[in-house]
Amino acid sequence: MTSVGMTTPLAGYLLVAAMLFAIGLAGALVRRNAILVLIGIELMLNSANLNLIAFWRYGPHPEALTGMMFAIFSIAVAAAEAAVGLGLVIAIHRHTGTTELDKINRMKG
Amino acid sequence: MSPMFYLLAALTLAGGLAAVLLKHLVHCALATTVAFAGLALLFLQLDAQFAGFAQILVYIGAVAILIVFAILLTRGADLPRDGVFSSTWFIGLVIAAAIFAVLAWAVIQGVRAVPQQMAVPAVTVHDIGDALVGRYVLPLEIVALLLTAATIGAVIVAMLEKERRQ
Repeated sequence: MTSVGMTTPLAGYLLVAAMLFAIGLAGALVRRNAILVLIGIELMLNSANLNLIAFWRYGPHPEALTGMMFAIFSIAVAAAEAAVGLGLVIAIHRHTGTTELDKINRMKG
Repeated sequence: MSPMFYLLAALTLAGGLAAVLLKHLVHCALATTVAFAGLALLFLQLDAQFAGFAQILVYIGAVAILIVFAILLTRGADLPRDGVFSSTWFIGLVIAAAIFAVLAWAVIQGVRAVPQQMAVPAVTVHDIGDALVGRYVLPLEIVALLLTAATIGAVIVAMLEKERRQ
């Protein structure tokens, strides 16, 4: 391996995960639509999973399965989050008639 | 680094970028699916077969469908009149770029200090099943409870308005 850390496989995966996290964060912060914000959050969760799997693969004890299990449980929790989040978006749309976050500015129904 | 890795990384990042940048919500959902598929392939590239197929089942099979349903139910397919980006989009972009810069700096600086195992780990689905019902049985039960509660909660949250009107 050369002196630049980028040529090691772990660094490559971590950089891809960091880039995907930044893209998801930008999507969550920049877009107007609540569904797109949820998509951004999903992308961020996924990039964290990629980190966990990469560390599991190139870590010192892959047979202990710690990183793999963390990623699997994280996938399950992300699925629950997506279900509740999209249910909330549908409820808000039914209540206010919009999913644009700039227009949802009341706490009271 | 294999050329396959660069191909899959480019696919995943292009899918993510398209999901964030495209105007039409349905196209965004499709691009998200591409990003999820690219991530699943990256998991397979990392010799994590179980996580890769779980990713395909859960994200492409369930989450993408949920997103499409939400788009259809909220009439998100209509284009908004005043643009798809929020009024504070520039601040969001700066925050995202700053966080990427910090993460990339930390990775490039720190990863050389981490000892890296190059051998392919010999882990079968049987081992994962053993670990799930052995060492990780309590988290598994908690996740089962969480998924049940989340499903019921999502249905109740999405149904509440209709019940009140009756």
